[in-house]
Amino acid sequence: MNSATFARRPLAAMGFVFLSTLATPGVAAEVNIYSYRQPELIQPVLDAFTKETGIETNVLFLDKGLEQRIKSEGANSPADLILTVDIGRLDAAKAAGVTEAITDATIEGNIPAQFRDPEGHWFGLTMRGRVVYASRDRVAQDSITYEDLADPKWKGKICIRDGQHFYNIGLFASMIAHDGAEKTETWLEGLRDNLAHKPEGNDRSQAKAIHAGECDIALGNTYYVGLMLTNDKEPEQKEWAKSIKILFPNNDTRGTHVNISGMALVKTAPHREDAIKLMEFLSSGEAQTIYAEQVFEYPLKPGTQASKVVQSFGEIHPDKLPLGEIAGHRKEASELVDKVGFNNGPAT
Amino acid sequence: MAPATSHAPVLTAVAVIVSLLVALPVISLCWIAATSGIDSLLQLFRTVLPGAALTTSLLMAGVAVLSGMMGAMGAWLVTFFEFPGRRVFAWAMVLPLAVPTYLAAYAFVEFFSFTGPVQQFVRLVGDFQTSRDYFFPNIRSLGGAVLILSLVLYPYVYLACRALFALQGRRLVEASQLLGAGQWRIFRRILVPMARPAIALGITLALMETINDIGAVEFLGVRTLTFSVFSLWLNQGDLAGAAQLALVLLVVVFGLILIERQARRDQRYFELRSSGQGSFSLYRLRGATALIAFAACLFPIVTGFGIPAYVLGGYALHRLEGFTDPKLLEALATSLAFAAAAATVTVAAGFVLAYWARLRGRRGESPLVRLATIGYAIPGTIVALGLFIPIAAFDNAVDGFMRGSFGIATGLLLSGSGVLILYAYAIRFMAMAEGALDGGLKKLSPSLDMAARTLGRSHFQTVRQVLLPLLWPPLATGALLVFIDSLKELSATILLRPFGVNTLSTYIYEFASRARIEDASPAAFVIILAGITPVYLLSHMARRGN
Repeated sequence: MNSATFARRPLAAMGFVFLSTLATPGVAAEVNIYSYRQPELIQPVLDAFTKETGIETNVLFLDKGLEQRIKSEGANSPADLILTVDIGRLDAAKAAGVTEAITDATIEGNIPAQFRDPEGHWFGLTMRGRVVYASRDRVAQDSITYEDLADPKWKGKICIRDGQHFYNIGLFASMIAHDGAEKTETWLEGLRDNLAHKPEGNDRSQAKAIHAGECDIALGNTYYVGLMLTNDKEPEQKEWAKSIKILFPNNDTRGTHVNISGMALVKTAPHREDAIKLMEFLSSGEAQTIYAEQVFEYPLKPGTQASKVVQSFGEIHPDKLPLGEIAGHRKEASELVDKVGFNNGPAT
Repeated sequence: MAPATSHAPVLTAVAVIVSLLVALPVISLCWIAATSGIDSLLQLFRTVLPGAALTTSLLMAGVAVLSGMMGAMGAWLVTFFEFPGRRVFAWAMVLPLAVPTYLAAYAFVEFFSFTGPVQQFVRLVGDFQTSRDYFFPNIRSLGGAVLILSLVLYPYVYLACRALFALQGRRLVEASQLLGAGQWRIFRRILVPMARPAIALGITLALMETINDIGAVEFLGVRTLTFSVFSLWLNQGDLAGAAQLALVLLVVVFGLILIERQARRDQRYFELRSSGQGSFSLYRLRGATALIAFAACLFPIVTGFGIPAYVLGGYALHRLEGFTDPKLLEALATSLAFAAAAATVTVAAGFVLAYWARLRGRRGESPLVRLATIGYAIPGTIVALGLFIPIAAFDNAVDGFMRGSFGIATGLLLSGSGVLILYAYAIRFMAMAEGALDGGLKKLSPSLDMAARTLGRSHFQTVRQVLLPLLWPPLATGALLVFIDSLKELSATILLRPFGVNTLSTYIYEFASRARIEDASPAAFVIILAGITPVYLLSHMARRGN
C-alpha cells in the first residue's frame, strides 16, 4: 500500500496507524531507551553494544516531558533507560521519582564521582565545556574568567543565546554555587549590560555573529566548534569556526563549567538486567570513545581520549564541584534570569 | 428550529461526549494547575510577565493587522480584478501555508543574516566589510516575528475572504459599480464590512497559531507568554505553574473567540444564494495599477514561500542523497497516513459539533463547543501532556482491572499506540474543521432542514440526503486545513509517539534540535512539497466559494 492510497483512503490509513503502532517490539533481549539525544548520534555506540551482547535496542527521541511521560506511564512504562544531554534533565528525572538508584562497581569505576549522583540515580557519560568563543582578530588575551564577562570593558561586545536555555542555566547555576546568589545577580546584570544585543539564536549563531563582527566574544559549547570545523557541506561554517578561538574560562583556578550527557535507569524498567549491562557498556572506554567521537564531547572515563578535533581546542580543566550540587541551583538561576531581565538585553 | 435538539437526545449526547473528549486536555490542565500554589506565577508577575504580556499583545496585534491586510487585499485583488498573473496568484497565494512557522523563522534568519544573500549584496554594493560598517535591521526582533508569522499565516484570512467574496461579493460589487463607486471605496465601504466574519475567522486562526508557537519565537528571541510557560516548566520544574500560565493564556483566547463569534453572528443576514459565476466580468487593471496589484500579490508569495523554499532548497541541493533515505520515505508515509486519518476524524467530530449548534439555533452555542475548539491555541506540548496524563492513568486502571479479574495484561492500550497522536491532532485542529463547517452550515437556509424534516426524514437522513451533498466544499476545506496542519505538527507528535514512529516533522526536529537544520533540509523540503497539493486543492475550493 503506497502513501497515495493512504491519502485517498483515510479509514484504511487510520487502521494502519492503529495497528502499526499497537504492535510493540517483542524481542526477548532488548533495551528501550527514552532519549533527549538524537538517535543518529547514539546509534553507532548502540550498534557496538548489540554486536557484543546480542541485545537489541529501541530508541525513542523526545525533546521535552520525558520524565512526565514515564511518570504517567507508571508501572506499564516500556522505558528502561533515560539518556539526556543536560544535567538539569537528569536531576529532573530523579526529582520526578522515575529513576532507580543503582550501585555498580563497573560504572563507578569508570565515571568519576563528581559526574554522577551520590545516590546512584544518574551517571554522566560525556562532558562539554561552556566556553568563551573569542574573535582571533579582535581579542588579544588568551585566558579569561566567567567573572570577567561582567567587566565594563566588554560593553557592547558580548553575544549569547537565550538566558533561559538550559546550557546557560547550567552555567548560571554554577556561578551561584561558587559565588552565591547575590554576587551572581550583580554579575548577571553586568553581563546583560555588556551584551551587543538581546540574547538570540543558538550557539552556532554566536560564532557566526563574531565572524560578522557583531561582537568580540560569545558563550558557547565546545562541540559546536567541532561540528563547524568538520562541516564539509557548508564550508563557510569552517570560516566562522576559524575566526574564533576557544578560551576555557577559570581553567587555571576552579575550572571551566561543564555540562554532561548522561544516563539513568528507570525505576519500572521491564528489562532491568539488560539495561544495566548497557549502562556498564556505555561507561566503558570503548563506548565512550565512539560516543565522544560522534558528538565532539569529552569522554568522562579517565584516560579515554577525546577526538583529534576536540583535542585541538586545548586542555580543559573541568570545574571540580559535583554537578549534582550545581543542578540544585538551577531553579534559582532561572528565577534570577527573569529577575534581572536578562533576556531583554542591555539596560541602556 | 429552537426545539429541534429536544428531539435528538442521541445527537446531544454524542455532541456532549465529543466536546468533553476534545476538552479533556484543558480539564486536565486545570487539574494540574490546581496541584500547587501560585507562588511561581506571582514571582513571574513581578519579573518578566508584564513584559511578556506586552510582547505577546504586540505580536498578536501585528500579526492580526498584517495577516488581515495581506489576506483580505489578496482575496479582493484576485476575485474582482483582471491583471497579469492573476490566475497563478489565485492559488499560489495559499502556498506559504505549507511552510511550518519554525522553518520559516529559520529560513528568514539565514536569508537576512550577515552571511545571507541580502547582506552580501549590501556589502558588495556599499563596499562594506563588517556588520559595524552599515545598518541592517535585525530580523530577530518583534518586528521580524510579526513579519514572518504574518507571511505564513495570512493564507487563513485569504482563504476565508476569497470564499466569501466569490459567493457573495460579486452582485454587491456590480451594484456599487453601477452606482458609480470607485473600486477602493467599494473595498473599504462594502467588501471589508461584509467580509468581517471571514476576516475575523482567518485572523483568529492566525492568532491561535501565533500563541501556540514556540519554535519560531524562541529562535527569534521574542519572549512571549508561551515562552514563559516553558521556562517555568523546564527550568524551574514547576509544571503546575506552567499549567496556570497556560490557562491564563486560554482566557485570552476565549476572549478572542468571543469577538470572532460576535463578528460571525451577522453572517446569516447576507444573501443566501450564491451569485452566478459566469455573469460577472472582472475589472481590468492596466498600467501602474496592474503593476501594483501584481506586486501586492507577488510579495507575500515570494517572501512567505519563496524565501523558505530558496534557503532550504539550497541546502537540500548539497544533500540530494538525503531524499532517498529510506527513513525519510517512511516518515513521509507515516505523516500522510496520520494527516489523512486526523482529517477524517476531526471533520467528523467537527460536523457533529457544528450540526448540533445548528439545531440549537438561536439559543446560542454551548460553551462546551467553544471549549472544544480552543485546543488550537494551547502549545502542542501542553496539549500532549494534558492528554497523556489522564489517558495513561486510564490505561493503567484498565490494565490493573484486567490483570486482577482475568489475568490479562492490556498494558498501555491507548497511550502506547499512535491513536493518541490522532486524538491530539483532532484536539489541536478542531477549530479549523468546526469553523469551516459552521460557516458552511450557516450559509444553508434552515428551511432546507425544515422541509426535509416535514417530509418525514430523520435527522440522520436529513444530514445524509440533504446537507452533506451541499456541504462537501466546507467539508473538504476543513479536511484539507486539518491535513496540512497535521503534517506540520511537531510538539505533540514528538511527546506522544510510540517507539519506531517517525513523522516528517519529528525527523526534521532530530536534526534541527542540534542546530543542524541544514541536514534536515531534504525532509524540510519534502514537508513543504507534501503540503502543496492540499494547498492547491484548498485554493480551488475557495474559488468555488465553499
